[in-house]
Amino acid sequence: MNALIQNGPLITLEHVNVNLGRVPVLNDVSLTIDAGEFIVIMGPNGAGKTTLLRLLLGLVRPSSGSIQVLGDPPRRGNPAIGYAPQHRNIEADLPLRARDLVGFGLDGHRWGIGRPDPNRRARIDQALAEVDALDLAEAPVGQLSGGEQQRLLIAQALLTNPKLLLLDEPLANLDLAHQQEVVALIARICQAHCVTALLVSHDINPLLQVTDRVLFMAHGRSAIGAPGEVITSQTLTQLYGSPVEVIQALGRFFVVGAEL
Amino acid sequence: MFNLLQYPFIQNAFLAGSVVAVAAGLLGYFLVVRGLTFAGHALSNIGFAGAAGAVLAGVHPVYGLLAFTIGASLAISLLGKEIRQRDIAIGVVMTFSLGMGILFLSLYHGYAEQAYSILFGTILGISRVDVLASAVFSLALIAILAVLARPLLFSSFDPEVAEARGVPVRLIGSAFLILTALAISMAVQVVGVLLIFALLVGPAATAIRVTARPGRAIALAVGLGLSYTWLGILLAANSTWPVSFFISMLSFGVYLPVRLLSSQGRRRAQTVIEPTWHPKEDETALIELEEGKDKDLHA
Repeated sequence: MNALIQNGPLITLEHVNVNLGRVPVLNDVSLTIDAGEFIVIMGPNGAGKTTLLRLLLGLVRPSSGSIQVLGDPPRRGNPAIGYAPQHRNIEADLPLRARDLVGFGLDGHRWGIGRPDPNRRARIDQALAEVDALDLAEAPVGQLSGGEQQRLLIAQALLTNPKLLLLDEPLANLDLAHQQEVVALIARICQAHCVTALLVSHDINPLLQVTDRVLFMAHGRSAIGAPGEVITSQTLTQLYGSPVEVIQALGRFFVVGAEL
Repeated sequence: MFNLLQYPFIQNAFLAGSVVAVAAGLLGYFLVVRGLTFAGHALSNIGFAGAAGAVLAGVHPVYGLLAFTIGASLAISLLGKEIRQRDIAIGVVMTFSLGMGILFLSLYHGYAEQAYSILFGTILGISRVDVLASAVFSLALIAILAVLARPLLFSSFDPEVAEARGVPVRLIGSAFLILTALAISMAVQVVGVLLIFALLVGPAATAIRVTARPGRAIALAVGLGLSYTWLGILLAANSTWPVSFFISMLSFGVYLPVRLLSSQGRRRAQTVIEPTWHPKEDETALIELEEGKDKDLHA
């Protein structure tokens, strides 16, 4: 159905090593991700989750190994990749409307001041509607809640009609109800547009329903597979190099003895 | 009062003031939203040392201004993103150059008027040639800013995504600081290094309190800067008090009530709007949880 599926994987990493300064962050990572997959990236702070996203965006170069994203080596400014970085607390006074923030995704990178364009407005409205945020369009960004801001960042990332969506901790600082809301939204969008998603999260539980595979990264090692295969006492103990206990109960995973 | 406009020095003051106000308002907006107001302040004080040095060396102060402010803006752009560390470093360099400035002035055995004019501006003593130079400068600056506009705005508010989208964030940041250095060197003639905030930061700081729309905020900043300058010149021409006093007074006098009113308005807006902006799922989820608890207890 999708040409990309016939052409093989969407993302391929072969023996990739990344050093930031002299510190090795990714150590011999090999993996393939197919079009339409929903991948959750987990692991402790400093395990290289954000670095992996920046690698796919072409913002970080590997010291060795090869990477293919959408059939090409990564390059900066690829419109086929939508990116929402880790969410910072936006100041309440930030003089920017939701509409302006989302609009950056469309033409923020172009030179010049831009001409007034009714088509532009319609596309921004459409992206806002897609994340149920049309009613927030004129609101100053800083006065919206964390969940609302997160939805705007997703709308911004969607404006180039990407094939790949990279979301860095979209669930951080959200309460449970808002987490579920954002997860349902991302899943709906990915399905509707055949978008492949890589999503960094500290918690797999709110994402279990929609996750195809988990990429777990820790201490330079990584493992990828279905949640039930990867989030096990055995695999995590191997990755962390110290005893980790995984308890499955109430359809949820609880990890004991490791920082996530 | 409008008979004043017959005098060439008043005409020159109006022209130079307008040119500077427009450039300062445009740049000031970006300075404010990028969190670089302290850097802007420091650049003008560093420019003071340059101007004083130029006077000592016997050349036009603007050369010293340009050399020192551009050098400093390059240094600041190398300092990185961490605002706190950056501002400490800027502060240290700023006081050092103020020290140099005072040394240059004490070594210079000319009139104290030179120092005075660098510090507080000499808008009523500007020549037609200076006006033309300012206009050319200002036009070039506005043209460059227009080319940078969208990526500059993008990288001011959202540097990480801008970088991922292929915007040369660091390069644009450096280019912007150099433009600021140019604008400051130009604006010093009008308001002097000490009062440059009145035209550079005051209007933009007020504008972003009034509107969250970037286009409108920029237009408003320019409009405010122009009106402060025009009013300031008119008021000064009818009194013995200096122009830069009136400009800085107007800048402050408008900012203060706007700031007070807008923060009040915002607090009120937040308390009123918050309940409706949170989705209802929140409440129902909570209620369900609590009901669940009760049931457990009863069981």
